[in-house]
Amino acid sequence: MSLREKGAITGVGETAYSRESGRSVLSLQLEASLKAIEDAGLKPSDIDGVIPYSGVVAEDFITNLGLPDLRYSAVTPLGGASCVAAVQSAVAAIAAGICNHVLIPVGRNGASGGRIGTRVQQMPQFRLVGEFEMPLGAIAPAQLYAPMARRHMELYGTTSRQLGEIAVSTRANAMLNGNAVMTKPMTIEDHQASRMISDPFRLFDCSLESDGSCAIVVSAAERARDLRKPPVVVMGVAEGHPDSPSVITQRPDMTRLGIAKAAPRAFEMAGVKHDDIDVAEIYDCFTYIVMCQLEDLGFCKKGEGGPFVESGAIRLGGKLPVNTHGGLLSQAHMVGMNHIAELVRQLRGEAGKAQVRDAEIGLVTGYGDMGDGSVAIMRRG
Amino acid sequence: MSATGTYNKLVPEPTPHSAPYWEGLNRRKLLLQKCRGCGRIRHYPQPMCPSCHSMEVEWVEASGRGVIHSWTITHHAFHPGVREDLPYTLATVDLEEGVRMLAQLRGVPDDKLRIGLPVRVEFETVKDGLTLPYLVPGEPA
Ligand SMILES: [Zn+2]
Repeated sequence: MSLREKGAITGVGETAYSRESGRSVLSLQLEASLKAIEDAGLKPSDIDGVIPYSGVVAEDFITNLGLPDLRYSAVTPLGGASCVAAVQSAVAAIAAGICNHVLIPVGRNGASGGRIGTRVQQMPQFRLVGEFEMPLGAIAPAQLYAPMARRHMELYGTTSRQLGEIAVSTRANAMLNGNAVMTKPMTIEDHQASRMISDPFRLFDCSLESDGSCAIVVSAAERARDLRKPPVVVMGVAEGHPDSPSVITQRPDMTRLGIAKAAPRAFEMAGVKHDDIDVAEIYDCFTYIVMCQLEDLGFCKKGEGGPFVESGAIRLGGKLPVNTHGGLLSQAHMVGMNHIAELVRQLRGEAGKAQVRDAEIGLVTGYGDMGDGSVAIMRRG
Repeated sequence: MSATGTYNKLVPEPTPHSAPYWEGLNRRKLLLQKCRGCGRIRHYPQPMCPSCHSMEVEWVEASGRGVIHSWTITHHAFHPGVREDLPYTLATVDLEEGVRMLAQLRGVPDDKLRIGLPVRVEFETVKDGLTLPYLVPGEPA
């Protein structure tokens, strides 16, 4: 059984994104969840599946939303690849007939609560890094991922300015979004002048730490047609895990991520080619991670990500507009759920100033520690 | 070590699988797991060989020689304990035994860093019962 076209995104909801919400993760997620359910034209009692992210559990949603008969709950612990992987899990549960409307909320107070760079030290997927690398001073994701980028630069001539183009393009898109944390324009000179964090990553190569929540509702395709908004149909979805998934140091090819394994599966399931993709929301915890995924997805060859982005391809109006909402780099770090929400808006024609004209088919990815990948291809229904 | 003598960096929590590795460092030896089933060397320590699924291991001493695979130069203190070390270079190294290690690299100017640069392992006891590896320029094998 293929998951092709078995599910659709029917609702999206977002809180205001900020650096200090002063609110609990659960209250943020409940607000976004209610918005997503209302956006779908559903009632909370219609929700019969929940895939929570970290910090809260399915029971919290039963209790607060008053769900009378939750039939499906699961977790997808793939770090930043979790949200798109959760779509796969939701569609699989729907296709199996377990449930009809799955709520997938993500929320965090990453800025005002525990900072991401500190919190990762306690996460189970960091166990090996915690024992063998953190005591030597390799502590944060910026440091752990930087050698991937450095090797790419040495092998292929990739430059810091090319990484900067991703930051600049993403910021320009955030400027068009009324709900973005970063509101000042960025030039390539601003990027080059930003302080070095862990070479080759400068401050503006790194994503934000944010407060807020974003939630989506995934519904059975046949039920999605009658709801409030045009459905956004999941054509293909897949996850992939890299070799040496827990430790980048030991990975045979440090420039290849888990999404390289997932992408052919998703494209085959969807039955589309790269040229069919009108818009792409690419997980952007760091600029380099966007470039590497563009290569691993097959939008350009390995090593050609630098020239690809430098050509303006990922700009609005370019060949493949990327992160039209401002991404984790400039809108907010919502673990990539904001990428799914943006793709839904693009395919509904609701993306406002950042709308890609006639966007019919789009792609969204997730990337999680230490290289897990997930990808979904969706179409306007 | 800070001026007051208290060690304020992150410290490892050895497991039954990794304890021989840490004990080896205390004897200034870099020890690697070698599968008794098929002879494959693996790192970091794990309970099972992914090739033959044997859980029997012996520990072999690495030569300590290798070449740079990649690196990063850290300018930001992600933990209070590393503030005095900034900036520091973390090198990923292909060891002669076919596995990699990561450690701080000392004595190589930033503009001399390159893939393939020979390095070798040294050891320093940073606190009672904890010896860590670091890297210095090495001779070509
Ligand atoms: Zn073996």
